[in-house]
Amino acid sequence: MNMTVEERKAENRALIDEVLKAYPEKMGKRRAKHLGVVEEGKSDCGVKSNIKSLPGVMTIRGCAYAGSYGVVWSPVKDMIHISHGPVGCGRYARGGRRSYYIGTTGVDTYTTMHFTSDFQEKDIVFGGDKKLEKIIDELETLFPMSKGITVQSECPIGLIGDDIEAVSKKKAAEIGKPIVPNRCEGFRGVSQSLGHHIANDAIRDWVLDPAADKHKDFESTPYDVTLLGDYNIGGDAWGSRILLEEMGLRVIAQWSGDGTLQEIELGSKPKLNLLHCYRSVNYIARHMEEKYGIPFYEFNFFGPTRIKESVRGIAALFDDRIQELAEKAIAKYQPQWDAVIEKYRPRLEGKKVMLYVGGLRPRHVIGAYEDLGMEVIGTGYEFAHNDDYQRTTHYAQNGTLIYDDVTGYEMEKFVEKLQPDLVASGIKEKYVFQKMGYPFRQMHSWDYSGPYHGPDGFAIFARDMDMAVNNPVWKMTKAPWN
Amino acid sequence: MSQNAEKVVDHFNLFRQPQYVEMFKNKQAQFEDRVPADEVAKGQEWTKTWDYREKNFAREAVAINPDKACQPLGAIMAAVGFEGTLPFVHGSQGCVAYFRTQFNRHFKEPSACVSSSMTEDAAVFGGLNNMVDGLANASSLYKPKMIAVSTTCMAEVIGDDLNAFIKTAKEKGSVPAEFNVPFAHTPSFVGSHITGYDNMMKGILSYFWDGKAGTVPPLERKPNESINFIGGFDGYTVGNLREVKRLLGTMGVQYTILSDNSDVWDTPTDGEYRMYDGGTTVEQTEAAINAKATIGMQEFSTEKTLAYIAEKGQEVVALNCPIGVAGTDKFLMEVSRITGKPIPAEITKERGRIVDAIADSAAYLHGKKFAMSGDPDFTLGMTAFLMELGAEPVHVVCTNGSPEWQQKTQALLDASPFGKGGKAWAGKDLWHLRSLLFTEPVDFLIGNSYCKYLERDTGTPQIHIGFPMFDRHHRHRYPIWGYQGALNVLVWILDRIHLELDRNSIAIGKSDFSFDIVR
Repeated sequence: MNMTVEERKAENRALIDEVLKAYPEKMGKRRAKHLGVVEEGKSDCGVKSNIKSLPGVMTIRGCAYAGSYGVVWSPVKDMIHISHGPVGCGRYARGGRRSYYIGTTGVDTYTTMHFTSDFQEKDIVFGGDKKLEKIIDELETLFPMSKGITVQSECPIGLIGDDIEAVSKKKAAEIGKPIVPNRCEGFRGVSQSLGHHIANDAIRDWVLDPAADKHKDFESTPYDVTLLGDYNIGGDAWGSRILLEEMGLRVIAQWSGDGTLQEIELGSKPKLNLLHCYRSVNYIARHMEEKYGIPFYEFNFFGPTRIKESVRGIAALFDDRIQELAEKAIAKYQPQWDAVIEKYRPRLEGKKVMLYVGGLRPRHVIGAYEDLGMEVIGTGYEFAHNDDYQRTTHYAQNGTLIYDDVTGYEMEKFVEKLQPDLVASGIKEKYVFQKMGYPFRQMHSWDYSGPYHGPDGFAIFARDMDMAVNNPVWKMTKAPWN
Repeated sequence: MSQNAEKVVDHFNLFRQPQYVEMFKNKQAQFEDRVPADEVAKGQEWTKTWDYREKNFAREAVAINPDKACQPLGAIMAAVGFEGTLPFVHGSQGCVAYFRTQFNRHFKEPSACVSSSMTEDAAVFGGLNNMVDGLANASSLYKPKMIAVSTTCMAEVIGDDLNAFIKTAKEKGSVPAEFNVPFAHTPSFVGSHITGYDNMMKGILSYFWDGKAGTVPPLERKPNESINFIGGFDGYTVGNLREVKRLLGTMGVQYTILSDNSDVWDTPTDGEYRMYDGGTTVEQTEAAINAKATIGMQEFSTEKTLAYIAEKGQEVVALNCPIGVAGTDKFLMEVSRITGKPIPAEITKERGRIVDAIADSAAYLHGKKFAMSGDPDFTLGMTAFLMELGAEPVHVVCTNGSPEWQQKTQALLDASPFGKGGKAWAGKDLWHLRSLLFTEPVDFLIGNSYCKYLERDTGTPQIHIGFPMFDRHHRHRYPIWGYQGALNVLVWILDRIHLELDRNSIAIGKSDFSFDIVR
């Protein structure tokens, strides 16, 4: 229990060595680079990342299509997104992300719908370009209010030599709406991460830059910001937006949760870009910085400590008025946060957490757990790059176990050995650890709860962690006669 | 304060608070370039019309909310029913993340499956190295007794040859030569998840029966008195297979369930994670060639498998997801006929009980109009049951239904006065069904979780039966087959009917004279 940091590091290193023994030797060496221990003072977490997963190991990663369609594009609610290829991808992606939006689905909004070219053998043999043209005509007939269309390539498209760019250009001219081709075939890259990048580039080339001169009558204010990289899972972006507005900022666009085509087109207008999920939008943020001179700021709205740090950090980039409003907003929510901590901290104090999630959460949620007196003893990313592991050092404690692109086997062994009080990861992990008797929360979908972002989200986060950790069911896993 | 620590509100109620409602209003008015509300309302009304329906049904290229998945999903469902078997999908890795997620969300269970994680280089050079490394890694880490290989569309488009790849992998020592690696090509651009189930089931049987990919002599059939039983792709497999086992056990029949996935998707929470549990053993699978007959509970999910088994000299019987009295009668009589075992009085009594239940509730069911969507056999079984109840199936939609399915389902409808006016729609999707529900409304809708959007849009009360079922818990633990299964389905339907009666009579002083305590 009262292990020193050095003892913990030694234990974690021994654990890594033990786990690696299960692999064929060559493969163990490759996996060794992805496992490590946080060393205070180092610039990153000492692990390699953004490298191909080993075949057959049960990686938890997804694909480029999931990154482009599922993450970045599908929340853009007034555009129709075509899952171009066989039927499965869009079926599995449909509605599962809980990227909330407001609109009349099927009339002026489409996020939870599944549009697909449902490729058959003949489409593979003869190509799908003609079919795609016809699809666009049919969509125009049935959904005249759509603001535009995106084409999300599934694996076969890139293999059969289809020219979706040519089709997109031709049909966009015909229908007078943007059509955005995305080369996000699932075999590209090593994870969903490349899909984010591909979608960012498509936004740049097919929407943002072409629209730079479009909204000439848009009246800017000195307080215009864009909320980037929040996909509004369970209403997260709304949970953040309300605080930004209370600080006196004007959020002119949400990318892309509850977002619209116009909000993307307005991307060249803000004074500052605010990034929640750095991983999935850093490419376009850098482009906007270079081309339009818009700086970006990475913020963290999980839990009062980080919210306050971020609110003040953002406010410092504006004038006194914003700084005053920021302090006022903090003062307004402080009693609410105090009441949440007063109720839940005694129930969660000292509980150990192991995280394994995606873009930003493996680091960003650490502060929220710490606000509740909990300790994150292990964390890792599905699809991080090295800059994510650099950023992680800002949050993770010295000695924390780090696992990049963890395999099912490794995660099971790590949890078995470290015996956390809570495992916080995804749906594919949830039932494995619950069977083993560990309280679990899904940290992609918030286990169908949320929002967790923003001032009101913290109360929900605290309630949910408590209901997982202190649920009576975990005392019943052993039969009394055994 | 917008949150009270003693009564925390989440998305259901938080966003109805005035400050959020105001925020939404401002965002929409200032930044969204939203279509004006009156135009949206007009557009919404137009989607309810016959004009829209005709345009909707004129579609030839785009599928909108199709109610089907792709082949490898079904291959996994077949594979995990064999003892200690790890499904291995050769191709892009994102597919496997999706497959596992579907099963996790439906069964609320772990679902182990690995990918060979092919990327751009494999697209150019083929995925042989991925197979070689993948089999070695998977067997080292997860210690399966068998690995069942299927494919994603990526591997199919580039033409990877599973038989040759697995042979090479064994030569390179990925797994021992005698380690069982049955396989099936499961292209996503052919058929649907039921095709994948069929292909993998046939792949596994032919692997064991025809000489393990040319490595041992084929098995010679020595007929015995046992029968085989194949469930097909079935979201209720946990409850259904246990019910089938109970019935066959009661009859004293000697049987083998080929692919028994009822344990692996219903493991206990007792401190141990079982990656594998239960399942048909290799010995049972090999011996199954000797059976007298094989019963396929879902014809369209096992077409090629049953044809293959018939070639081996067995009698095959294909049923269509027997939901209800006549379906179960037929199932039991076929078992009895093949095995010569009489149907015991105990089961006859069970039959009497479900007939009793139907008689008790008939007045609430008679003449009620239904729409449904689901797999070919499910919709056939459900159509038959509804007509037994005196209800009227009006729209029967089956995205993955073949012309044969349409013919068979239409004939079933046409043969009953309760099916008069009913129509079987093969190849149509849930956006077609939306038009049908607006233009020719019905009282109730039966379907999976995706169908809930149809209840929202059209106001047709939905009875949640189907696959996948993400938003209702534990239904898969209940059988829908057998007399017990018929009772479960009957109760689910009745619960919704009675709930609607209560909802429609709850207005105080207006309609609550009908808010009856006795129904």
